[in-house]
Amino acid sequence: MSRVGPASVIRGRNTLLGWSFLLPNFVGFALLTMVPVVLLFYYAFTTWDIFGGAEWSGLDNARQMLHDASFWTAVQNTVYYTVFHIPLTLVASLGLAVLLNKRLRAVAFFRTVAFFPYIASIVAVAQVWNMLFSPGYGPINAVLRAVGVDNPPGWTTSADWSMPAVIVVGTWREMGYFMLIFLAGLQTVPGELYEAARVDGANAWQRLWAVTLPCLRPTTFFVVVLLTINSFKVLDLILVMTNGGPGQSTLVLAQYVYRKGFEENQFGYASAVSVVLFLLCFLITLVQFVVNRRREA
Amino acid sequence: MTTLVTPAPVRTQPPPARRRTGSRIGRILGYLAMAVASVAVLLPFYWMLVSSLKTNNEVFTIPVTWLPSKPQWDHYIDIWTRSDMTTWLGNTVLLSVVVTFLQVLTGSFAAYGFSKIRFPGRDALFLMYVATLAVPWQSYMIPQFVLLSKLHLSDTLWAIIAIQAFGALGVFLMKQFYESIPDELVDAARIDGMNEYGIYRRIMLPLSTPALASLALLTLVNTWNDFLGPLLYLRSSNLWTIQLGLRTFISQYSAEYALIMTGSVLSVLPIVVIFLLGQRYFVEGVATTGLKG
Repeated sequence: MSRVGPASVIRGRNTLLGWSFLLPNFVGFALLTMVPVVLLFYYAFTTWDIFGGAEWSGLDNARQMLHDASFWTAVQNTVYYTVFHIPLTLVASLGLAVLLNKRLRAVAFFRTVAFFPYIASIVAVAQVWNMLFSPGYGPINAVLRAVGVDNPPGWTTSADWSMPAVIVVGTWREMGYFMLIFLAGLQTVPGELYEAARVDGANAWQRLWAVTLPCLRPTTFFVVVLLTINSFKVLDLILVMTNGGPGQSTLVLAQYVYRKGFEENQFGYASAVSVVLFLLCFLITLVQFVVNRRREA
Repeated sequence: MTTLVTPAPVRTQPPPARRRTGSRIGRILGYLAMAVASVAVLLPFYWMLVSSLKTNNEVFTIPVTWLPSKPQWDHYIDIWTRSDMTTWLGNTVLLSVVVTFLQVLTGSFAAYGFSKIRFPGRDALFLMYVATLAVPWQSYMIPQFVLLSKLHLSDTLWAIIAIQAFGALGVFLMKQFYESIPDELVDAARIDGMNEYGIYRRIMLPLSTPALASLALLTLVNTWNDFLGPLLYLRSSNLWTIQLGLRTFISQYSAEYALIMTGSVLSVLPIVVIFLLGQRYFVEGVATTGLKG
């Protein structure tokens, strides 16, 4: 103990110092994020309700899930939301970013405005949209009737149209956020490339495909990862807009977790469904990173 | 994964005079597209505001009316007596301030450890922080709830503070910024005999004001707008936040369209004002978290 070399003294001192900086945040992070994530994988193999403790039940939950029609409906609806929400938001946010990157007047104004949906409270926003979508007297259907649609959709009151309505609001809400990320990405595209393309006689459309999009690939990749996670975990929007209905037409995976856990107090089974959500997000992110790395190599 | 943590310069303003803007037709199309997009984004907000000033019968009319015949300003007085708006706003402000303070403090403190002090296991630990950014809260909300209930924190404001204040985002964002501050600066201060806590407080904090402002704004908005956390944890009505209160109000007075819109305006307004005041920092915060090198 008395004969420790100076290098290891410094390392020991640094370890102590480093941890002293991390600790205040790490205690909270470990207790409220890491421990729950570990517990999740234990709870998923147990059966319990609010009164008893967790009892080990092996793969019972997994078996139950396989035959649980509502679970599969939730999976389907989540995929439905994801498959439309990702491309729609991607195109909208990228289009807006490319537009705003031009030197037009009023760009600053619009950049501010486009962000409003993202910072506005979801409860208020969902309520407004529900009123806009209101089938009988809502402005959206009023406009549709005015342009000659005789039987406009029932939107959130119709099993077929509730999910499209939710997707519209989800896209409207998130496009401003991703637009900002794309705008930041666009600043990294070297201006000389545009000049070169112009000299070669490329028109605006060709410049978009040959210069902008390839240069934005890292940003686009990152946005797709974020959008995927955002789509899989969608919950608050559903809860306040449709509460999963009508019927089960907008029941999504995260909401099924909420229902089983907090409404029916089946913590074990809800945890098993959570694991599916967890793995979906984690695996898709992993796959996207691997594919991206391979393409870059 | 590694590209995610490399710092990158953040510029959100288009560089001046980079190239001539295209033809006249291109310009006109550009303005047209921007006008359409503005309407699409703003219309719901306009509708919210206008409806809050209409009478209930006037909210839904055919054909749609875009202006109230006579603005009902008294809705903005009635709402305070018809609902517990004061309690909800009070709780929301309290939570937002405490969470933001803790997040900024612990996040920047930890980020200093992660970026300026070298010790074994540091990078692995940081990777773990980053990895949790890909794990949705919705997937571990059940065990987290069980844990906080066992600690007797559910149905207290402490629960919301606990789940919001120690997120990985703050550490990540601040570390990104600290990486852009040269190590030589820190080393010079060390040679001058300043200890690490002094360097953090006297050098890093003053230098990172913009990043701190970004983080503070992002956290403030997130906490103000959080609906799921309060929904799970806050059962007693005297603890409700504005989001939870507004939702109950909507289900209780489902036919009072105008008053519901009044409440909605009041829940959105403070955040819009804060956003407009600190827009620059807000935008930079988003760009930093989104940018990879």
